[in-house]
Amino acid sequence: MEYEVIIGMEVHAQLLTESKMFCSCSADYADAPPNTHVCPVCLALPGALPVINKAAVEATILAGLALHSDIAETAVFARKNYHYPDLPKGYQISQYELPLCLHGHVDIQDDNGQPKRIRIERAHLEEDTGKLVHMGDHSLVDLNRAGVPLLEIVTEADIRSATEAYNYLTKLRTLLRYAGVSTADMEKGAMRCEANISVRPVGQKEFGTKVEVKNLNSFRAVRNAIDYEVKRHIQVLESGGQIKQVTMGWNEAAGHTFVQRSKEEANDYRYFPEPDLPPLQVSQAWIDEIAQRLPELPDAKAERFAAQYRLQPADVMFLTSEQDIANWYEAAVALYPQPKTVAAWFTGELIGIAREKGVTFKEGNVTPAGLVSILQLIDTGKINRNTGKAVLAEMFANGESAERIVVNHGWAQVSDDAALAGIIERLLAHHPGEVAKYRGGKKGLMGWFMGQVMRETQGKANPDVVRKLLQETLERGA
Amino acid sequence: MELHQLTVHEAAALLQSGAISARALTDAQLVRLRALQPDVKAYLHVAEKQARRQAEEADEVLSAARRDGVLVSPLTGVPLGIKDVLSLAGQPTTCGSRLLKGYMPPYTATAVEKLAREHAIFLGKTNTDEFAMGSSTENSAYFTTHNPWDLTRVPGGSSGGSAAAVAAGMAIAALGTDTGGSVRQPAALCGVVGLKPSYGRVSRYGLVAFGSSLDQVGTLTKDVTDAALLLKVIAGHDPHDSTSLDVPVPDYRQALNPDVRGVRIGVPKEYFVDGMQPAVEKAVREAIAQLARMGAEVEEISLPNTEYALPVYYLIAPAEASANLARFDGIRYGQLVETGNMWKNFRETRGQGFGPEVKRRIMLGTYALSAGYYDAYYLKAGQVRTMIKADFERAFADVDVIITPTTPKTAFKIGERIDDPLSMYLGDIFTLSVNLAGLCGLSLPCGFDENKLPIGMQILGPSLGEEKILHVAYAYEQATTWHRQRPDI
Repeated sequence: MEYEVIIGMEVHAQLLTESKMFCSCSADYADAPPNTHVCPVCLALPGALPVINKAAVEATILAGLALHSDIAETAVFARKNYHYPDLPKGYQISQYELPLCLHGHVDIQDDNGQPKRIRIERAHLEEDTGKLVHMGDHSLVDLNRAGVPLLEIVTEADIRSATEAYNYLTKLRTLLRYAGVSTADMEKGAMRCEANISVRPVGQKEFGTKVEVKNLNSFRAVRNAIDYEVKRHIQVLESGGQIKQVTMGWNEAAGHTFVQRSKEEANDYRYFPEPDLPPLQVSQAWIDEIAQRLPELPDAKAERFAAQYRLQPADVMFLTSEQDIANWYEAAVALYPQPKTVAAWFTGELIGIAREKGVTFKEGNVTPAGLVSILQLIDTGKINRNTGKAVLAEMFANGESAERIVVNHGWAQVSDDAALAGIIERLLAHHPGEVAKYRGGKKGLMGWFMGQVMRETQGKANPDVVRKLLQETLERGA
Repeated sequence: MELHQLTVHEAAALLQSGAISARALTDAQLVRLRALQPDVKAYLHVAEKQARRQAEEADEVLSAARRDGVLVSPLTGVPLGIKDVLSLAGQPTTCGSRLLKGYMPPYTATAVEKLAREHAIFLGKTNTDEFAMGSSTENSAYFTTHNPWDLTRVPGGSSGGSAAAVAAGMAIAALGTDTGGSVRQPAALCGVVGLKPSYGRVSRYGLVAFGSSLDQVGTLTKDVTDAALLLKVIAGHDPHDSTSLDVPVPDYRQALNPDVRGVRIGVPKEYFVDGMQPAVEKAVREAIAQLARMGAEVEEISLPNTEYALPVYYLIAPAEASANLARFDGIRYGQLVETGNMWKNFRETRGQGFGPEVKRRIMLGTYALSAGYYDAYYLKAGQVRTMIKADFERAFADVDVIITPTTPKTAFKIGERIDDPLSMYLGDIFTLSVNLAGLCGLSLPCGFDENKLPIGMQILGPSLGEEKILHVAYAYEQATTWHRQRPDI
């Protein structure tokens, strides 16, 4: 039997705010000693009260706009009640009935590279929990992360494969980075993912029983866990079994899911409106002001790149994948209006060098102007393409100017074949008589030809190269 | 007159003229406190050393002010009691709970901090029903406070420690908190003035939450003038409390005017119920007649949804409390019961740490919020709450203040109601609506019953109507002597 895969995703992204969601503690807790970014509010001391961080609300609205969502006029924070040692208040302040963002979408490609729209049900603002550090037979609580603002983005059950899930996540990451609201770095825990997975026989209307897989903390984990669950569901159904509605975890090392909680053990979160925080009123003027901060989004940018620069789809995809990449590219094109050449050097050479070194291109020292100066050296024949690549690698490593690199390495000497070959071709074209004589056997003319080339290159030509080239050219034509 | 009998404004006059020092007043207050504590048990914790040090600082401020000819706050050098649900750095804050035994908060509640900035002196933390849940202090995990008018009776609650302390001269004045009457009811039962400001008038930051949408810091004082003085200091917007109102704080003393001619007083018929103590009804009706004689216009009004206040309150307050008390897990503070298992730790810490009334309310609230019951209980309660609020809005379109009895009966015997939660809850029927509607209310003495137990009259005003209720209360107080009567202790 053929099965259809149904997936909905919940993504949590940490918002890039200076302070936490409900207090003024720094939200930048990476590398801080445990429990040093804390105060009465995020420690949930008796009597402490939350105050909404306006920057986090604005970041959520910004993200909502990037997801093409409706922004609510009135949003209400709610308490989500459950006990766990990393949740100091015994409830998480989240949003329930009235979230900030509703009904958005993200456009991705399906398994066949065709456009596909994933609907966003809602996006809301909540606070992160602390962290448990397990030490042998006991656990310690670190509340540095407690209260860091989190954006939760929930899709409709529109995703139909692991590849679509992967494409959705990468696109979402791109959008969040464009909006400047999150690093969306899954490996560092700034973006975390849960998938609701079910399968149904093709043609069946009702959804199958779903399982929720939590703690998918890398793109690979998302893909692998979905593949694993889909296979498992089909096997169970094929063998006449039934899927149990459970919450699962993913063991990346072992490559399988495991049951965390059955439906019967599921929490009743007893949501109710947070009485410590008045409803959030969002005016259209505020939304408009925030919308001004939204940059050109990846889809629009890709469309423009394809039209304006006439680039291949693969290049467009790469060049618009990150705002820094797109900006870098456009800065270079502004200095050197040959979009295809710049794209080739950027996507081929520069990224290649970075990848070889295992770093991002931004970590090297090549500026748009730096690349352009190399291209200009090639154009003026000072260096050839191959030398240009070598200069680029040097520049990436030490940040020196192209001219300096060429001088330092003695590459300034016009020894590159292309430049000399051009000179020689012109020379021979202008002196057909001497060429005929030489080919007729008057080999002594070689000295005369050499002299002409040296005069033409102001003595900078490499004589060995010139002699070799002259011989090749004259013999070839003989 | 002895020093412990002074009101805030009387003490302020003596302190500022240099007739007495803050140190002498504090010492006298501590002597009095120590002498009566074994009988009254108003305090959970007495901070003698800190109080003396604060008094010395206050004396420096006072003498510098005299030298420079500048005015200081009337609270400077005045010894106060602070209810133990208000966070005060350097003093234990137990909320009357075993679970919080030994907890020393590192920060101070905004209302208390504002008093500290005026160099008021904190004698210690006063007794309370556990987490302010109760009407008698019998739910305190430590001991029950005794009513200074009759030591066999309760002082009311939950701010019973503060009310008893003020009545017995164990503090010049005190802070309490009021979620459903916890300032006004003990004020009535102890014969002092209890003011519950409008919701949002005083910051709740540092007030250990019981019912977040109902809680408010209030004052217990010997007269209405003191209530105005204290409110002026503690009121105002606080950036740490998003529910505090960002409106200017008037000088409440300006409202203290003995002339009530033309003031419109509403008397809700629903507040004179069957089963109330005849002496209470008589005293309150007589007080209203007194105000009428002074030129106030009295009319009967109706607050038709009054009967729903009790059930609505006992859904909303416990629902909020069930979440507010979730943080008491013994991990970061308080008494952890270590069992070797995380979930068992939660169960045992809370099971052993909370008393029966707190557990009852956590269970009630958890139930009201549960899947399948939320709509019928919590949501419905919220809708009825809106109707109760609307009752008052309609009433305040026609009258300036509303006068009712504070409680149906005077102070009851210790132990009399402790095994009958419903009769305990019913004692609060006149005070609950005010919190549900976010209004301000004040209780002041208006007589005594046949056992010479004080009777309280409640004056209610609209949100931010503190000046109106202080005005009427002051005028009544000026015309009577009830407030000057002190227990013979």
